[in-house]
Parts: sequence; structure tokens; C-alpha cells
Amino acid sequence: MNLSRRQTLAMGGAAATITLLPLSFAHATPEAAMEDIVEFSGGAEVGEGDITLTAPEIAENGNTVPISVAAPGAVSILVLAEGNPQPNVATFHFGAMAASSAATRIRLAGTQNIIAVAKMADGSFIKTAASVKVTIGGCGG
Amino acid sequence: MAKIKPRVKVPKSVAAGEVFTVKTLINHVMESGQRKDSDGNKIPQRIINTFEATFNGETVLSIDVAGAVSTNPFFEFQMKVDAAGDLAFKWHDDDGSVYETSKPIAIG
Repeated sequence: MNLSRRQTLAMGGAAATITLLPLSFAHATPEAAMEDIVEFSGGAEVGEGDITLTAPEIAENGNTVPISVAAPGAVSILVLAEGNPQPNVATFHFGAMAASSAATRIRLAGTQNIIAVAKMADGSFIKTAASVKVTIGGCGG
Repeated sequence: MAKIKPRVKVPKSVAAGEVFTVKTLINHVMESGQRKDSDGNKIPQRIINTFEATFNGETVLSIDVAGAVSTNPFFEFQMKVDAAGDLAFKWHDDDGSVYETSKPIAIG
């Protein structure tokens, strides 16, 4: 079989694409995060409102990024990291004695948006997002 | 792994209705299930999957935790109480164990 230079290059290119493909699927997409939001809200419309998500603009170490969420009047808050292999981070359920705010430390695989969705006492949903630049990702590997 | 020891910071006494901050920390690997060992095998997930704080038996806060929460998970929240009592904390591990601690809160 005689291969022209052009054919050889094309084959090489195709092989490279195939090898690279799984990598791009290894991380969640914003769509996966959207699915989690829909699951949390039960398909209800998610609006804007009195919800704050505090996260550093630049996180040097993705292994431990301090975040805090607050939404006065919320009964539960879902936190998602759009670019993590699994977007779900944590869901906070507040009882009657708790102020609707909490803080924790999370892992981020890379530079991405963090989303917080709050379920309010009246059954409505509000969300907010914050973008964090991550210097060293925290997903092991 | 080192012995798992929960640590919590709760004020000893508060005024009724006053909002105060509670901080909790527990040493735990929080193995996310994403990492691989030197042979390329996935290390199975082992995390704290649920955290609960109850005051006199009533739930104050419960958290469904996923693998994206850092090693040695730290949780901080605000709450208020109307009467004295015990604030109890529970961490549920993927391996079935439950780590518990509690702190009394007085009204003063």
C-alpha cells in the first residue's frame, strides 16, 4: 500500500483527535451543572435575588478554596462547581434556628464558575455565580 | 489514618435570640474517588457524606457533602437559640462510621 504524504498526515491527525477526545469528556460541562440545578429546583424557574456567594477571585491552591454562601430566608442552598469532574459540591439544609448562611472549603479542578442556588421558604429559587481563577487544580491525578 | 477527631467551636453562653457563629472541623481524608494510585487504579471514594447539627434534638443544619469538599472538612454557620441546651454534631462517613461530639450552650 502506498500512502501519500497527505494521507499519512490525515491519519495522524485523526489518531490524535481520538486520543484527545476522552480528555475533554473527563471534566463536567456547564450543562452537567445545569442538570443538577434542574434536579434541585424540580424544573422551576430560577431567578435572581438576595443571595451572596463569596469566593476568592484567585485561588492559588485548588485543593482548598474557602467559600461562603448566604441567602436570607433560604431553606436550602445547593453549591455547584461547573468545571469539576462532578459538579455537585454540597447542599446545605437550614433548620428554623440556623441563619441561612454557611461557609466551607472546597476543591476546584481548575479556573471555573461556582454556582449557588437557594430554595426560598416560599418555594421560589434564586441563584448566583462567582468566577474563581485556580493556579493549581485540586483534583489529584 | 490518624484517629478521626472532630473539633467544634461554640460559645459557652449566649443571649437568647442572639446570632452566633459555630465552626466545625474534622480530620478526614475526603478521598474524592477521582485520584489514581501509582499503578493507575482509581482510589475508591471515601468521604464524609453527611454533616448534621442538632440542638436539643431539632435539626439546625444538615449538609449533603460531595467529593468536592476539601480534606479535613470545615463547616461554619450561624444560628440562634432561645433556650439553653446541647448542640450535637454528627459526621457520617462513607464506610458507615459516625463521628459525634456535642457542646452545651447556656443562656447568659
